Amino acid sequence: MVEPDDAITLRLEGIHKAYGVGTPAEIEVLHGVDLILKRGEFAALIGPSGSGKSTLLNIIGLLDQPSAGKLFITGQPTEQLKDLELTHLRASEIGFIFQFHNLLPAFTALENVMLPRLAALGHPDEAMRKRAAELIDKVGLTPWAEHKSNDLSGGQQQRVAIARALVMNPALVLADEPTGNLDTKSADSVFDLMRDMNKINGTTFLIVTHDRRLAQRCDRIIELVDGRIASDKVNSNVLKNGDDTTQVADDMVT
Amino acid sequence: MNPLLPFEWIMATRFMREGRMQTLLIVGGVALGVSVIVFISALISGLQSNLFRRTLDFQAQIIILPPEEVARPLRDANARQTAILVQPRAQRLRSVDQWQKVRDQLLKMKNVTVVAPVVSGAGFVIRADANRAVTLTGIEPESYLRLIALKDKIIAGSANVTSSDILVGIELAKDMGVAMGDKLTLRTASGGTATLIISGIFDFGNKGQNQRSVYVSFRTAQSLLNLTGGASSLEVNVADPFSAETIAQDIQAQTGLKAESWIATNAQFFSALAAQSMSNTIIRFFVGLTAALGIASVLVVSVVQKSKEIGLLRATGTSRRQILRIFLLQGALMGLMGSLVGSLMGWGFLTLWRGIAKNADGTPLFVINFDPMLFFYAAAGATLVGTLAAIFPALRAARLDPAVAIRG
Repeated sequence: MVEPDDAITLRLEGIHKAYGVGTPAEIEVLHGVDLILKRGEFAALIGPSGSGKSTLLNIIGLLDQPSAGKLFITGQPTEQLKDLELTHLRASEIGFIFQFHNLLPAFTALENVMLPRLAALGHPDEAMRKRAAELIDKVGLTPWAEHKSNDLSGGQQQRVAIARALVMNPALVLADEPTGNLDTKSADSVFDLMRDMNKINGTTFLIVTHDRRLAQRCDRIIELVDGRIASDKVNSNVLKNGDDTTQVADDMVT
Repeated sequence: MNPLLPFEWIMATRFMREGRMQTLLIVGGVALGVSVIVFISALISGLQSNLFRRTLDFQAQIIILPPEEVARPLRDANARQTAILVQPRAQRLRSVDQWQKVRDQLLKMKNVTVVAPVVSGAGFVIRADANRAVTLTGIEPESYLRLIALKDKIIAGSANVTSSDILVGIELAKDMGVAMGDKLTLRTASGGTATLIISGIFDFGNKGQNQRSVYVSFRTAQSLLNLTGGASSLEVNVADPFSAETIAQDIQAQTGLKAESWIATNAQFFSALAAQSMSNTIIRFFVGLTAALGIASVLVVSVVQKSKEIGLLRATGTSRRQILRIFLLQGALMGLMGSLVGSLMGWGFLTLWRGIAKNADGTPLFVINFDPMLFFYAAAGATLVGTLAAIFPALRAARLDPAVAIRG
């Protein structure tokens, strides 16, 4: 707690998560996770399948409740919050990028970006259209703004999702395998876009990925194994060189 | 996106447009149901008002008669009857006691619109060798014609009888071989005889009535029936025909006279009307239930199909309440759209029906009421039914766990 609270986007204290509590099939997937994400960090969350990455991400994203432990979003405790308050906190502070089904097919790219603001305000207005158009422009999709989201390629859809995740100016963007569905070239450009947004806006990113190559391009790599943080390293090479190196990969194996 | 539209409206309409086929099918189903309701309701209310009019056009709503005469057997000092057998008295023709005062008193009562004194009794019409038994009714045209739609049924002459006039039915005129302006002798059992001029011929559309009823002026009937200055009954109409029974009971209590409402004298007719209304209600209920189940099942399927999108909306800051409203609104809109289309279809069926169901002479079999409020009620009812039907699917949608829904 050296830093003042407003510099800390996310604080987890002893997060446990168990499913089927009280039944013979009770299973604990997270065994006390402590984690702090500072403002502007660009972190990767890696780990094998079944290690609890998605569960942790859902808990951080206020989509799921921990069985025990404390979760603070921009310094605000979340334990006591009711569903509606959680929804409002999620809407204002957290942006999501998923692997699949990120967009509503009945809406255009621009409308999809507007959605979180639309839900928060209750009706459309010109300011939100302008803001959405700006973001669409930033992710380079202005010519496709009025296309139905189904008509966009996978990479374009993920770009729209990034724009949507940023439309409320959240403190934290959670991305669950954002490039898992894309070819290498699209994956790189989507990744670069997130990086840019992180640099320009100072938004904190936490990216769950299987792709070690992409993880190596993050500032920090958090590895989750069997529901515990197995390693948490600052990826110094990236900070120095701004590119991935074999040395980081060696670090992570140890 | 129109800035005036709320978020829930935008989502609901987009979802419905997206599931176009489902939406069209269910709107079609609701429309059919509503059209059946509109058609049957109009048909039955038309039928009822027709029956109603046929009954009330030729019958006063309340008839006030002198109290029945009863036999008063002799009693001894201990109030015991001394007679072994007591015969009921024969009811002779009597006047309502002080009928002018009673009339004035009735006219002061709320809801009473018309009071007409009447003298009626039995008699014969005689012409040459022919004679027919008739019921003669002495009327004051100024009050009686407001009470009963006699004027509408006059096919020749006029209903305004003077002391030397008589109105006869078309069948009686045929039987007696008389026409307008001819003379007819009327004789009553009490010995009165008068020769009257036919000043009007009516057709009630009922052979019995056309053969047996004649109308003469009030005073003529008084002298023919030996009831000078009297009125054998007072006939009353009230503002709301369905309150006739209550008012009749009031009158009976206030005057001590016998007051019979049309409701009491037509008990069977009333139970028939009630049975019709009941069957109409049952049809409406089951059609409404079918529409509700249809809407609910379409929405349940839609919630399952859209669970990922719902999860996504929840993750991006849409509250449970908003999700709930999005689906309730879809139910309401399906109901409303179905009812609008259904009302038009029902109207179409009714127009068609009016073209088909005709009397031999080309007049409609009976008049169907186009009550615009019926369309309004259908729309409001269907919207309500749609909203209620959507409650269960909407709750399901709102309760979806976003984490599970997105994972799928």
